Amino acid sequence: MRFLLYTTGDNTQPSAPPSQQMIDEVGKFTDETRRAGILLATGGLGPSTTRVRNSAGKLAVTDGPFTETKELTGGFALIEVKSREEAIEWAKRFRKIVGDGDSLVQEVFGG
Amino acid sequence: MTGADTHRAIDAVWRIESPKLIAGLTRIVRDVGLAEDVAQDALVAALEQWPESGVPDKPGAWLMTTAKHRAIDRLRRNERLERKHEELGRETLAQQEMAMSEHSSSADDLGDDLLRLIFISCHPILAPEARVALTLRLLASLTTEEIARAFLVPVSTIAQRIVRAKRTLTEARVPFEVPSGPELDARLSSVLQVIYLVFNEGYSATAGDDLIRAGLCEDALRLGRILAWLAPKEPEVHGLVALMEIQASRSRARVGPSGEMVLLLDQDRGRWDQLLIRRGFAALERVEKIDGALGPYALQAAIAACHARARTAAETDWARIVALYDALAELAPSPVVELNRAVAVGMAFGPAAGLALVDALTAEPSLRTYHFLPSVRGDLLVKLGRSDEARAEFERAAALTQNARERELLLGRAAACSRRETLS
Repeated sequence: MRFLLYTTGDNTQPSAPPSQQMIDEVGKFTDETRRAGILLATGGLGPSTTRVRNSAGKLAVTDGPFTETKELTGGFALIEVKSREEAIEWAKRFRKIVGDGDSLVQEVFGG
Repeated sequence: MTGADTHRAIDAVWRIESPKLIAGLTRIVRDVGLAEDVAQDALVAALEQWPESGVPDKPGAWLMTTAKHRAIDRLRRNERLERKHEELGRETLAQQEMAMSEHSSSADDLGDDLLRLIFISCHPILAPEARVALTLRLLASLTTEEIARAFLVPVSTIAQRIVRAKRTLTEARVPFEVPSGPELDARLSSVLQVIYLVFNEGYSATAGDDLIRAGLCEDALRLGRILAWLAPKEPEVHGLVALMEIQASRSRARVGPSGEMVLLLDQDRGRWDQLLIRRGFAALERVEKIDGALGPYALQAAIAACHARARTAAETDWARIVALYDALAELAPSPVVELNRAVAVGMAFGPAAGLALVDALTAEPSLRTYHFLPSVRGDLLVKLGRSDEARAEFERAAALTQNARERELLLGRAAACSRRETLS
């Protein structure tokens, strides 16, 4: 089973850049997921978002709002595991490292 | 959390932690059977305590500490017995307890232990089916019931296989180590064989089968990816991973809407999993970076990659595939490789050239009951317009295959030959 794990956050509020210690710990965690053979793809998410919305056939594109920061504001991981619970367990471990905020866990079909 | 939720959460923690746990414990107690027993004790303790106390902050460390305590209890019991028998010469309890009180192992130690566990589970002293069962149990964290369901054999058979395998390893005092020197190649090849066997068992699962069976592909891929991380300098490890990633990329395209088998060249390539294909290519690149010469798995992966690169079946680079089969036949000669080579020759240089090679193989005893031979022959005969002979070959192939979906496909091809005859 494949799951997409990704962080959601409030991009409008400038956040303090992550400490070197946190960056190292996230790196170690990523290695651990590779060592466990579950990581298919991963990457960071940039700060700017563009929303494309279809409302009754009318397409609206909204940019931003952007923060001043150029830092990554989140990340995603596509993992292959045995169960949703296993995906949740990995998400919990990630959250313990990066602290406050939300991670979402969604099953991916097809591919 | 409800009790059932906690149990599922514990199950997830177990899947993640148990290979590391068993590997670390085996290093300490020097007995894979004992290590697994005390790891299971720790799991039972977790199942008893966590629904009340909640899952601890560091579940892996909790399981390790609990398992070590159980190990000390068991060793003390054993030592009392041994003292009675006045046996000497074994590592003393004090030494073992000291090993246990060591601080948590570093990531490198952990990797080494896992690698040792893989090598011991796939040890040639064990029968191949025992290696498979033990590897799935210890490294893929499958339960005995899951392994039995996946391999369509009774639970008691798998349970016995695992018990016997552990006993064999204990009695032979197989060292817990990564082999080196000339032994490494043979031992590594046994590991790769076990992983590929698991993969093929899953790959041959059909639509009606238990999902657990098809899950074996994922288990094998996971094991392969772990091994690639632990032994990054071994080209054949990456070769096998590449082969499995690319083969797995076709999983969805191999089955048609009503569950029927779809042959490689007839598959809808849009349904191939591009992520797995890219991962396969990346693994092949790693092989090429390590070593110029491709091993048997890397060659098979390179062949699979030729198909993956072709946007349509007609764009397949058959001449390159023939060249790769030539190399494979030289490195790992077998009638099956020759047969596959004949298919490629037929595609690259015309059906008559392919048929000449297949005809030379019909006397081969090991292929006498192999359905692929008449099926290939039938295919080449169709292309040469010899429908009557082709039909007989497809019918023969259908009678030989064990797979119902494949039989359906072959009988369909035989019927198509009859129609062609009527038309001509």
